[in-house]
Amino acid sequence: MHVLTDNWSTYWHGFLGTLWLTLVSAALALVLGAAVAGFRVSPVKPLRVFGTGWVTVLRNTPLTLLFFIVVLGLPRFDITLPFFTFAVLALGCYTSAFVCETLRSGVNTVPAGQGEAARSLGLTFTQTLGLVILPQAYRAVVAPLGSVMIALAKNTAIAGSFSVVELLGTYRTLNELGYGIVWTFVWIAVGYLVLTLAISALFNLLERRVAVSR
Amino acid sequence: MTVESSALYDVPGPKALARHRLYGWLALLAIAAVVGWVVYMLFHTQQFTYQKWMPFEYKGVQELLLRGLGNTLKAFGWTVLFALPFGALFAAGRLSDHRAVRWVCTVVVEFFRAMPLLVMIFFIFVALKAPPMWALVAGLTLYNGSVLAEVFRAGVLAVPKGQKEAAYALGLRKTQVMAYVLVPQANRAMLPTIVSQLVVALKDTSLGFLITYEEFLHAGKLIATNLDYDLPFIPVVMVIAPVYIGMCLLLSWFAKWLERRGRRSPKVKGGAPVAPAGLTPDPQG
Repeated sequence: MHVLTDNWSTYWHGFLGTLWLTLVSAALALVLGAAVAGFRVSPVKPLRVFGTGWVTVLRNTPLTLLFFIVVLGLPRFDITLPFFTFAVLALGCYTSAFVCETLRSGVNTVPAGQGEAARSLGLTFTQTLGLVILPQAYRAVVAPLGSVMIALAKNTAIAGSFSVVELLGTYRTLNELGYGIVWTFVWIAVGYLVLTLAISALFNLLERRVAVSR
Repeated sequence: MTVESSALYDVPGPKALARHRLYGWLALLAIAAVVGWVVYMLFHTQQFTYQKWMPFEYKGVQELLLRGLGNTLKAFGWTVLFALPFGALFAAGRLSDHRAVRWVCTVVVEFFRAMPLLVMIFFIFVALKAPPMWALVAGLTLYNGSVLAEVFRAGVLAVPKGQKEAAYALGLRKTQVMAYVLVPQANRAMLPTIVSQLVVALKDTSLGFLITYEEFLHAGKLIATNLDYDLPFIPVVMVIAPVYIGMCLLLSWFAKWLERRGRRSPKVKGGAPVAPAGLTPDPQG
């Protein structure tokens, strides 16, 4: 226990780092993922091809390799950003592929008849999308999106090895201070459990909110 | 060229088609601009000089890369070898009739699924002082084995109840029901999901890079940070990334092929319908 109480501020900083990294990357992943999902369901062929390529490549790229490319590769193009931004870029792009697939399969769960009915009532495209399709797709998306976000939170651990302050990285500091390594890791594990459980609780809540018997 | 069975768009008429074509050209232009910028930057920062590509002509460098690739595949092979039995064992445990066994297996599986893989790898590497390769393999086994356990369990549970009841009615014992009736039927339906999870395992072998395991990425880093070759970072990425992505793509396609074959096969249709819920592998990686 004293490992935690003695180093509360180290752990707290690490935890906040992980939390912040998760939140910002999640925001980027959601925006990018939504855009790419829009591309993939659009009637414009080049956009569809681009979307498919984006998802296929990113889903089959090891995240470590992506970090490697972003953190060490972009500076070769004279793009130097803080490590945190690099980490957000890598995590956000990687997760956006999974977000895209989740959203796309959510939209695909809406029967084509719904759109046809909406259009035959004279709704415009925006209305069809906003009032008919997205509210239905949203329900099918919440649960899988939750697992994507939990995976993202777990993946942030990789950022620690690329010079970002986050929870797993705290073990180095504590190890140097000579604290028992096992207990150091126990508290790191607890930190990650708190975060993943919180995300899953949040999405469970959302799911119950939007659940409708169909 | 319409998107099939989509609720979003109507079948386009001549006007909409013309508009889509316009958008198509605009999108092509935008994509071409991005690609053009990347290519320009590559030339601008002189990534195609002989000095940067020269190292790949050296025998030693080629061997280094091949050895790295070999180590990656070795870690992957061991992981597959350990994770499948691990998953089977814990899936059986979670389906056990004994509450204590079920409880222990549930805790183990849920814990290892909830932990970031890297935390486990670092723990085994730093605290248990395991050699890098075994730390990597052990971490990958615990994580992927736990995910596979859930896949197996969901697969067995998805076999229609009548199968089990009929088998018991014929007088088969618990183990026989499992081994002769449930698992063979579940197996065919689960195979694509298992292979997709193996793709995740293959991708995650690159985490070995972070604990100095001498795998493919590690070999690339060694070459990329060599001043004698003028820091050929981009060339290294251009060599390594396609190999990694290619390997994972091949395995993903294999999974997709299995799935398509399974959907066609009357055996699977008649036997166990796959319940997709909960069967999708975690997007960890």
